[in-house]
Amino acid sequence: MAVKGIVEVREDWCKGCNICASVCPTKVLELDKVRAVMTVAHPEKCIGCKQCEMICPDFCIYVFTPEEYEEIASA
Amino acid sequence: MNVPFEKVLEKKESYFKYLRLDKLPTIWCPGCGIGQALKATCMALYDLGIDNDQVAMVSGIGCSSRTPGYFDGFTLHTTHGRALAFATGLKLFKPELTTIVFTGDGDCFAIGGNHFIHAARRNIDVTVVMINNWIYGMTHGQVSPTTPLGSQTTTTPGGNYEPNFDVAELAKAAGATYVARGTAYHVTELKKLIQDGIKHKGFSFIEVLSPCTIIYGRKNRMTFEEMYMWLKENTIPVKAWEKLPEEKRAGKLPRGVLYHDDSRPEYTEVYWNRVKQLSGGEK
Repeated sequence: MAVKGIVEVREDWCKGCNICASVCPTKVLELDKVRAVMTVAHPEKCIGCKQCEMICPDFCIYVFTPEEYEEIASA
Repeated sequence: MNVPFEKVLEKKESYFKYLRLDKLPTIWCPGCGIGQALKATCMALYDLGIDNDQVAMVSGIGCSSRTPGYFDGFTLHTTHGRALAFATGLKLFKPELTTIVFTGDGDCFAIGGNHFIHAARRNIDVTVVMINNWIYGMTHGQVSPTTPLGSQTTTTPGGNYEPNFDVAELAKAAGATYVARGTAYHVTELKKLIQDGIKHKGFSFIEVLSPCTIIYGRKNRMTFEEMYMWLKENTIPVKAWEKLPEEKRAGKLPRGVLYHDDSRPEYTEVYWNRVKQLSGGEK
């Protein structure tokens, strides 16, 4: 199955509140309980709905479409 | 295949241009809903195409009033409860600035209650984003004018026995011409409400229900996720609310645009017209 979205978490801003994981419909994100930051545990499951990006209170999640990601990575 | 976040922020033109990135991460507790309110405001400004130097953000004292610290534009951090008084002065002298007031329930309705009703009465073109987290968060959990009946706080250990304000009804009665209620859970909807509030010419009041996860949540035995789910389950869009029978409304709140009126004149316009009239010519 083609990837629909790519999730990036900025770990130095993340406070580990776990709200992004609670709204994710496909359970892409998982809390690293030792460091209290979110990790992208199952990147292949992402459907690109951007719910986690919208609800993150700390501005630390960003969801790209694969085209966007290519463009940024190649630049 | 990790792309550094900084590279993305440089590359992509987005609502991040309204944030002071060097000041982040924010000071608020994990899970606090004020971040979403700030995000929604930035997205609303971005969608309206308002430049950084056309916006002024004013705040008082409290958790919510730390927002101007992270906002890249004209900012004013004022005394407790007086944010609206300062904003009135600012808007009167610089009517071309988009003035946004970030305030909390204690700041706006306890100590600043009088300033609030008079700003609403004058119908001055200011957008008030009022973060309602049901408690005084910054001073560690005293009872506030919006604390629900029966809630545990530091000053009401047996449960709150004071009836609380319905702030949206209060704003409407005081004369605000745009009254809306959003939540920290429904961020896209909140963005739309703030956008309409900024576009509206007159006093716009947007109540944002935002969970105080660490202080209110811990005292009332609720986890972060439970508080957000409470917002999801107990707020109903206005259209569905109007059709709902009276007995099913208990314990629930309507969200969306609650009141909108374009008929009343705006204060700064009236003021400057009067000045022109009395001075017999140009400003």
